[in-house]
Amino acid sequence: MNELQFLTWVRGTGLNIAVGIFLLGVLWRLFEIYSLGRKQDLSAPRHASGASGFHTIFRRSLPPPGMLKRSPVSYIGGYVFHIGLAIVVFLFAPHILLIKNLTGLSWPALPSQFIDLMAVVTMAAMVVVLVDRINKPVKRFLSTFEDWFTWTVTFLPVLTGWMAVQHLLLPYTTMLALHILSVELLLVVLPFTKLFHVFTLFGSRWYNGKVNGHKGVPV
Amino acid sequence: MERSDTLQEKMEQNGMSRRTFIKYCASLASLMALPPSAAYAMAEALGKAKRPSVIWLPFQECTGCTESITRSHSPSIEGMIFDMISLDYQETLMAAAGHQAEEALHAAMKENYGKYVLIIDGSVATGLDGAYSCIAGRSNLESLKEAAKGAAAIIALGSCASFGGIPKANPNPTGAVAVSDIIKDKPIVNIPGCPPIPVVITGVLAQFLTFGTLPELDKLGRPKAVFGETIHDRCYRRPFYDQGKFAKTFDDEGARQGWCLFELGCKGPVTYNACATTKWNDSTSFPIESGHGCIGCSEPDFWDAGGFYKALSMPADPLKMAATAAVAGAAVGVAISFANRAKKGAAKSAHETTKLEDLEK
Repeated sequence: MNELQFLTWVRGTGLNIAVGIFLLGVLWRLFEIYSLGRKQDLSAPRHASGASGFHTIFRRSLPPPGMLKRSPVSYIGGYVFHIGLAIVVFLFAPHILLIKNLTGLSWPALPSQFIDLMAVVTMAAMVVVLVDRINKPVKRFLSTFEDWFTWTVTFLPVLTGWMAVQHLLLPYTTMLALHILSVELLLVVLPFTKLFHVFTLFGSRWYNGKVNGHKGVPV
Repeated sequence: MERSDTLQEKMEQNGMSRRTFIKYCASLASLMALPPSAAYAMAEALGKAKRPSVIWLPFQECTGCTESITRSHSPSIEGMIFDMISLDYQETLMAAAGHQAEEALHAAMKENYGKYVLIIDGSVATGLDGAYSCIAGRSNLESLKEAAKGAAAIIALGSCASFGGIPKANPNPTGAVAVSDIIKDKPIVNIPGCPPIPVVITGVLAQFLTFGTLPELDKLGRPKAVFGETIHDRCYRRPFYDQGKFAKTFDDEGARQGWCLFELGCKGPVTYNACATTKWNDSTSFPIESGHGCIGCSEPDFWDAGGFYKALSMPADPLKMAATAAVAGAAVGVAISFANRAKKGAAKSAHETTKLEDLEK
């Protein structure tokens, strides 16, 4: 298999399989999680829960008082890499083209030099967050294989994409194919690891906020 | 035409000065990424060289490669050099036909055994023992093996000879393969392209005649000097790619402004060739300059690389599994939710209330 055949495979059969597993996994887990249900809470609400669920969705994105100072790397690093990742994934012209091809939706792209800068910033933030996880004994103690693994499968697409654009190490065709392959790996593992927070994040925040409101801690 | 004519004599007959010849050698040397001093060595060697015997065998091909070489703009310098090699067998260009042509071929092979340059264009059919493509009652497979024995070097000209090309495209009914799939014991230079750039073949020939060596090759057997960089990296429309300015259709404002053709399926980023620098038709233009994306014709299996008009970042094939997978995923999810509910129900009905006396037991 030569480089172009490899690229064609990852753009064709590979993508087909990866998107298939991704959709299967996502729908499976969404149905499974949201159909679990909760026991009816018979206690009288201490506070009408109102918009507590909705507010919590946003409040949980902000650090609680004092936490930013105590754990700046987690918060700032986390912000930078999540925002950077969103910019790189959704505002790079070739990515938008892929989304347009798959869904018909499209929007304007940012200049590729800016995307390039964001990719570097994102990778730097991810490395800082990883080093912090290794250095802090508590974080290291709490980390499992899944944490290291999910970091890797998130980091690889950014790294390979950036290296492809920059023509580093390998010929562009091979690197582009490796980039797409790494994204396919991410798609395959996403539904079955903690990366599924992409889908469950807002649902669980809303649920927690609503329960807290019911118990008398409105937001 | 006497076979002993040197290039120098031949050039003088054609009214070419030595100065012009050295300039030509300098341009060939730079094309092949040789040092400037090589130009003089090249001029000396080419000047004295007897016209080398070149045997050109066409297999499963469309004659596009020959068309390309003949458009090296005679009487341009490339065209003259092309006249000056002793092309002993080339079906399209030679006057002879039938038995005479076959005789010329075998005479040239015998006379120059071990010294001639063998140019192959077209892929080699291997299906039905090669019966899909025969010349003078013999399969291409047989002819290739025979001609390769006495060749000093083989030039696989065009994508078909280099990689199998269009005849090898899915489902490859003739069992087409590249020259390098059959011949393993001779130096082979692949000059892919559909068709290849004319000056590349004259460059490779000049280097072979001068230094007796073949150019440095990449891992696909192509001269690095020509196939070292992508079309994309040398494209004059590259700034538009970097700015995110793309033509969306072939007749929109972007297309008129000459913006990047990536979204229209240009394969420039994955195609290693010199079109963007040497250009075509006497350096007039190249496909992207004419408003059409690169189709990647000098890359292996370009025909099956997901369509000419699909951007590289798009799926090569429709995602056939997506709908089925979504339905299957939903079904699994629903099934598990029913199982969970049944479990809950069973747990509820199996629940026994603990009484005070139970604890005191």
